[in-house]
Amino acid sequence: MTQQQQQQEGNAFWRWQEYSRVLPGKSWVSGDVITAGVDVGSVGSKAAVLVNGEIYSWGITRTGSNSPDSAVKALNCALKDTGLKQSDLKYIVGTGYGRVNISFAHKALTEIACHAKGANYIWGPQVRTVLDVGGQDIKAIKCDDTGRVVSFLMNDKCAAGTGRGMEVFADLLKVPIEETGEMSLRVTEEPPSVSCTCVAFAKTEAVGLLRRGWSKEKVLAAYTKAMAVRMGNLIKRVGLEPELVITGGQSKNIGVVSRVEAALGVKCLPMPNWREGGLDPMIAGALGAAIFAKALYDKNQNTQQQ
Amino acid sequence: MTETINVVGFDIGTQSTKVIILNGNGDVLARAQVFSGFDPAQALKDAVQQALKTANLPQTSITSFTATGSTLEESPYAATNVSMMSALTKAGTHFFSNAKTIIEVGAEEARAVKCDDRGVMVDFVVNERCAAGAGAFIEAMARALEVKMEDMGSLSLTAERASSINATCVIFGESDVVSLIHKQEPKSEIARAVYDAMADRVSAMVHRIGVNPEVVLVGGVAKDIGFITSLKRKLGVNVVIPEFSEYAGALGAALIGLTKNNKAVNKN
Repeated sequence: MTQQQQQQEGNAFWRWQEYSRVLPGKSWVSGDVITAGVDVGSVGSKAAVLVNGEIYSWGITRTGSNSPDSAVKALNCALKDTGLKQSDLKYIVGTGYGRVNISFAHKALTEIACHAKGANYIWGPQVRTVLDVGGQDIKAIKCDDTGRVVSFLMNDKCAAGTGRGMEVFADLLKVPIEETGEMSLRVTEEPPSVSCTCVAFAKTEAVGLLRRGWSKEKVLAAYTKAMAVRMGNLIKRVGLEPELVITGGQSKNIGVVSRVEAALGVKCLPMPNWREGGLDPMIAGALGAAIFAKALYDKNQNTQQQ
Repeated sequence: MTETINVVGFDIGTQSTKVIILNGNGDVLARAQVFSGFDPAQALKDAVQQALKTANLPQTSITSFTATGSTLEESPYAATNVSMMSALTKAGTHFFSNAKTIIEVGAEEARAVKCDDRGVMVDFVVNERCAAGAGAFIEAMARALEVKMEDMGSLSLTAERASSINATCVIFGESDVVSLIHKQEPKSEIARAVYDAMADRVSAMVHRIGVNPEVVLVGGVAKDIGFITSLKRKLGVNVVIPEFSEYAGALGAALIGLTKNNKAVNKN
């Protein structure tokens, strides 16, 4: 076993829980229009299933080394306990960085359009700015009341501010990634942030700080703040409109969310309680794709009737 | 009768601290290099003592200290600070009188200076915010490849092609290297990709001020044959590298100190 494999399997602090959900009180009958969206991201693969345009179920899984398999896995996860088969799906839209490799999708759309559409569904038409914090990039998207993208900016090619950066810190500090948010807030005073421009430099700085006796909490706070500065700057560049929401994996990191709010001086729209029946902001991309799938299916039907 | 003059130049880098002692004629009497570590002031003291020992000189024989690189909160020596750009210009033109572009690649930063026919700096560019264009990139990739840093260069030269990796971020580059290893790509091709990627970054930076021969490459990474080969290919011009290239900053600082000293002597 190589050193890398040992690292990946031995100290898997970056690992988070996969899960699927079927919304209680909802069902489908034969003849319903069932559509799906599959969002294959760099770290997570998500799928959402709609019945007549209404969210019915979803699944969140980790992306493997192979995009086509990850897409199948995510979709199967969303179909779990629904009684639905893939053949029941009338239209499937793929999105995310692995979208071109989803063989069963009828169409591929960019995750920027899908995230805006999904956020519009989750939080309603007042949403104007969507910050999507993915595993490998961050995007600041401005949209109108229908969830249509007006403009956007993204930071790819650099890990600063992304979920990947937080994974690096989770591993460095040996803290499970799902606990990093709460932990970063357990400081009496907010420390100055570490380098917000490069994760590699931030990591070197953090090692120095730990050596000087800083607690894990304090180091995590300093890094989370650096991430928030980076995200805040991206939003400022695209132009902040206060009805702000955060989607993607780091939307669940309370430390990130509260510091982005502090950096911008605005509150995000209330986060749905995804643990108890609410929609999960991590599925925004897949949900948006499924909404587009429904629209595209309806359009095809209309064209055929004419 | 003239008094004997000896000057010290030092360069506090993120990775290592370099010290050089020159006599009044500008001849190098001693060089010393110490790992900067977490106490750069101590590292500096150690390096200076080492150099004095090599030169067989007492500290009292030193006329002046000139510093470049990072600034210390409390310096153990009363040194005049000069910018890294000035030091590099001085050193580059000292080595090669025709030098027009001087590139320095260190562990955590990279810089380039443009100078005119008289050796006067006219423009410069720096990268100190992203590890992808500095020595730290090679170090991280060597770690991911499980290859010794000093073996990376020669390994890369055995490759006929380069793998494709994310060239723009150390963190993404690391994951790319791991997946390439799992795909069983030869380590030599991955190593070459690492150097090509870095040369891309450094070349893009230098192009912002223009690439005017003669191009001089200095800094710790200037000793890495893998990087030199990729950079030459990328820039499309010859790149000259002085001996003891990692001491360029310290040498430049010492030479500036010497010039100031001579001017002061002439005035009197």
